[in-house]
Amino acid sequence: MKFIIVAGTPGAGKTAVLVHTLKILLQQNVKPSVVKIDCLYSDDPKRFAKLGVPVQLGLSMDMCPDHFSIYNTDAILEFAKEQNSEFLIMETAGLCHRCAPYTNNSLGVCVIDATSGPNNPMKVGPFLSCADIVVITKGDMISQAEREIFRECILETNPNCSIIEANGLSGQGASELALQIRSTEKLVSENESLRHNAPFAVCTLCAGEKRVGAEHHRGLLRKMNGMQEYVGE
Amino acid sequence: MEIHQITIQAGIDKLGNTERLPDLQINKGEIYGIVGPTGSGKSQLIADIEQLAQGDTASKRKILINGEIPSHELRSDPRKKMVAQLSQNMNFFADMPVADFLKLHAKCRGKKNIDVKHVISIANTLTGEPINASDNLTILSGGQTRALMVADVAIISESPIVLIDEIENAGIKKHEALQLLSGEGKIILVVTHDPVLALSAQKRIIMKNGCMRDIIESTYREKQISLQLNDIDQYILTLREDVRAGKKIEEVNFDALLHESSFLKCL
Repeated sequence: MKFIIVAGTPGAGKTAVLVHTLKILLQQNVKPSVVKIDCLYSDDPKRFAKLGVPVQLGLSMDMCPDHFSIYNTDAILEFAKEQNSEFLIMETAGLCHRCAPYTNNSLGVCVIDATSGPNNPMKVGPFLSCADIVVITKGDMISQAEREIFRECILETNPNCSIIEANGLSGQGASELALQIRSTEKLVSENESLRHNAPFAVCTLCAGEKRVGAEHHRGLLRKMNGMQEYVGE
Repeated sequence: MEIHQITIQAGIDKLGNTERLPDLQINKGEIYGIVGPTGSGKSQLIADIEQLAQGDTASKRKILINGEIPSHELRSDPRKKMVAQLSQNMNFFADMPVADFLKLHAKCRGKKNIDVKHVISIANTLTGEPINASDNLTILSGGQTRALMVADVAIISESPIVLIDEIENAGIKKHEALQLLSGEGKIILVVTHDPVLALSAQKRIIMKNGCMRDIIESTYREKQISLQLNDIDQYILTLREDVRAGKKIEEVNFDALLHESSFLKCL
């Protein structure tokens, strides 16, 4: 099975681009399954279901959505197998973007909003730098000069990615994304691992501590001055 | 690579019907106006040319360069790009000083000998309050932004194909801006609602419902009218500058304006 993982900043247009791409894939007789991972609520499964593709929604609630999707990868792949799908497309709602949900044998697609400014590609981290394909949305809202600068900044962060300029409203770029999805040769294996480590997250906040400030926290912690230490037993 | 012609291959209108006009060839040195009601697809048409669309945009048009399908590099790499576009956008999103932005863009376009100060001074000939090199892009006014975009397109993005979207909209000096952007031997397309600009182009594309409906070649009579309108326009622009400068307008002499116009001198 081919596993396509779509990540991106909130509101960048992941779902809009995917809906256009799925329409093209369906016209070409490719029948993918779709899994949407969100935090608290999502209407998107309805939009996908309207297209006639099998959809599953996973809500991460108190858990980080990227950690949730990584933890549930087996179950997600199992769902697609039951549907006899050759392609599984998973859309995640990562929040801090220090995680990259892509596994080594998946096709990693990062969707990023061109209006977020040319410093953004440097800020967002591994979900962009580890991606195979970077889809730039909302390019029609900025000048040609800013589009060119934005593209350059993405290539500085991820020199080997393939860039697609897309428009979630008109569907521009969707045929290129559909083509790249169809022609990926990567097959998901039994032993998938992440391309990039997730941030250290063993701390008291993960266990539900709500008080702020150093005295209330234990675990592997990093200070403002850059020093990192383990506090605890 | 020298460009002597672009071809716009027909796409579809908003309802999915095939565009009525056959393939349109535009040759080096030609200036086309693009006119039509708002929402008729004018900006989409120049966006198609900017991206050298290959049936992958909403209109499904294809753009050929010298009769051939352009390479992937020509379509995407700004160092190889042959199209400069002034879009309708009136603001910048990049949070950085004007000088840094221009340097960064020059780097993207692979232009080494760009004098940033010169670009800014050109922009300042088009706008009222001057732009400074250290100003942050996001604080510029709509007119200053547009003036800077014009100077950037004219100098840093300098290309054989120039696309201009509604230059009359931003309160900058449109005639000067247009002159800066144009040049000998270029292919120029100007989207406009302004009769002065539309009639001054050699030909104009009429848009409706997302597609090209007709091509009109401007007649001798239209060129004369264009000159006359130009005089009226220049007169209104001097009035505009007076009003902007805080002067009072005592009198407007319409008769003298019409009598002195180039139109009558032509006769």
